[in-house]
Amino acid sequence: MAKYPPPEELIKINYSTPVKSWMDTKTPFKPGNFSYPGKPDILKYLGMPNPRVWSPTDDDWQLPPDWQRLVMEKFRSLLKKYRSFKVFMDICVRCGACADKCHFFIGGGDPKNMPVLRAELLRSIYRGEFSAAAKVLGKLAGARKLEEDVIKEWFLYFYQCTECRRCSLFCPYGIDTAEITMMARELLHEVGCNINWILEPAANCNRTGNHLGIQPHAYKDMMDFLCDDIEDITGKRIRPNVNKKGCEILFITPSGDIFADPGIYTYMGYLILFEHLGLDVTWSTYASEGGNFGLFTSDKMMKKINGKMYNEAKRLGVKWILGGECGHMWRVINQYMSTMNGPADFLETPVSPITGTKFDAASGTKMLHIAEFTADLIKNKKLNLDPSRNDNFISTFHDSCNPARGMGLLEEPRYIMKNVCRQFYEMPENTIREQTFCCGGGAGLNNEEFTETRLRGGLPRGNAVKYVRDRHGVNNLACICAIDRATLPPLCDYWAPGVGVSGVHELVGNAIILDGEKKRTTDLRQNPLPGMEDEEE
Amino acid sequence: MATVEYKGKTFEVDEDGFLQKFEDWTLEWVDYVKDSEGIKELTPEHNKVIEFLQDYYKKNGIAPMVRILSKVTGFKLKHIYELFPSGPGKGACKMAGLPKPTGCV
Repeated sequence: MAKYPPPEELIKINYSTPVKSWMDTKTPFKPGNFSYPGKPDILKYLGMPNPRVWSPTDDDWQLPPDWQRLVMEKFRSLLKKYRSFKVFMDICVRCGACADKCHFFIGGGDPKNMPVLRAELLRSIYRGEFSAAAKVLGKLAGARKLEEDVIKEWFLYFYQCTECRRCSLFCPYGIDTAEITMMARELLHEVGCNINWILEPAANCNRTGNHLGIQPHAYKDMMDFLCDDIEDITGKRIRPNVNKKGCEILFITPSGDIFADPGIYTYMGYLILFEHLGLDVTWSTYASEGGNFGLFTSDKMMKKINGKMYNEAKRLGVKWILGGECGHMWRVINQYMSTMNGPADFLETPVSPITGTKFDAASGTKMLHIAEFTADLIKNKKLNLDPSRNDNFISTFHDSCNPARGMGLLEEPRYIMKNVCRQFYEMPENTIREQTFCCGGGAGLNNEEFTETRLRGGLPRGNAVKYVRDRHGVNNLACICAIDRATLPPLCDYWAPGVGVSGVHELVGNAIILDGEKKRTTDLRQNPLPGMEDEEE
Repeated sequence: MATVEYKGKTFEVDEDGFLQKFEDWTLEWVDYVKDSEGIKELTPEHNKVIEFLQDYYKKNGIAPMVRILSKVTGFKLKHIYELFPSGPGKGACKMAGLPKPTGCV
């Protein structure tokens, strides 16, 4: 397991530029700055090239004999397929607006984590091969040859980008750096250079419908276990529909939330909300994952994995799909789904059966975000809430990158928070909403071996959390993403100790008063409610 | 792939020292992990955790969520950490021969 230095060491960041030009500066691979490579059996299962046992610290990466040709052919085909990619390669004027916007640069100081330079790692090859002038002028025009070191550099830095798109927000040309990273990762796949933490979940998802590889009987078992806990806490037995045909709504959420702490409490929150409403909704053990590590792999994989959402909606005969608190799921849905897997003309534009509100913004995909659904319920006074049950929490809200920048979901989670909690404070404005800082583990980098770099990249977020902790006593960081729920607890322990992490619907579940429930003495984590400390004993 | 030699047995392990194949698990493996995890003595409580983890894994193909482990064994999370200092995921699952869970976890 990777060891990492304490915060007082990590904070000593060297922002000076290296003596030599970037092309002549090599960065060594060392524990904590890279993720483990894809395992051969996983690559074989996915039908991906060059499965082998290797490590980034090896001198010889065992690339295929004709690796240069493979990379350049793929480069050419991507440029042909994606006009946006070509534009992004050509249009950058190196103004530097993005340079200090990346959390990995802020927390690490490595100039190659400036988004402009990260993209330049690719552009330099693009120029050398696809620009007539630069072919002749070579280095003078910023071109270079495709050598093995370039592949190594790509692997290091394109797996040090979380595709959070904060830099893109500041780019005057709107260059989408996440898409540049996606293209680079596709090129790397051609020669078998990829990471296991992305490919194994993608393989699991392809096989079982979710990243964790949970099979239907296990899914049901875990769900029942969480219903047991709800019964202990509320006295009410919830019997959710699973794989039921003919319901009005299919609900899809990340599998991390049925398995891992603290996501399970958000999962319980959903169950309580649906019970409270008597909602005609079913869960699915096949469409049992909102997330899509295909997004971090390739367009082909993303499309295949995402296809299950519509397939299952069609099989079950629902009218529309409700989606849970997941981050990159909403980038896939909002950005690509309607043309990639759609049009879903067998579905209807989502209408809340409780309030009658028609969600026209979701008419393209027929998929509605649960924060929009719940905010509408609160606005129409359809929820019976006791926000005092969340009085042990002094909360702030972390905008998860993709819902914030990928779909503009900014107000709804805050509106919910302010109605289910009585103590809420915002972090500084250049760290929230569209300008939110990444958790440091998005785009499939939320693995253990990458923790040191995650913590470096987590500095800006951690610093903002520490600010509200010290100023307002904040002890809870709420978020709407399962990767956040996995990555933010260690980040907070490191940069802002004393602050815990929750989902928004965990807090909703605490506040909702179910019909006929018993007097609650604990919250969903089975910690005593305010004033109930004695009854716990 | 890295291998571990211990008491005449050879185990294939991943980068973090987890068994590559659950089927390779033996009592020697438990001994080996015990030493590397700094566990002084194996007690019936350790065995109870290991047996449940393996039983669950055989039925379900994944490790149980921590709350299920806690409820079934009757050990609070704090006690599981006392038994396995690096925790249920890294210590106990490793000793039981289970792979690491992946995804948004």
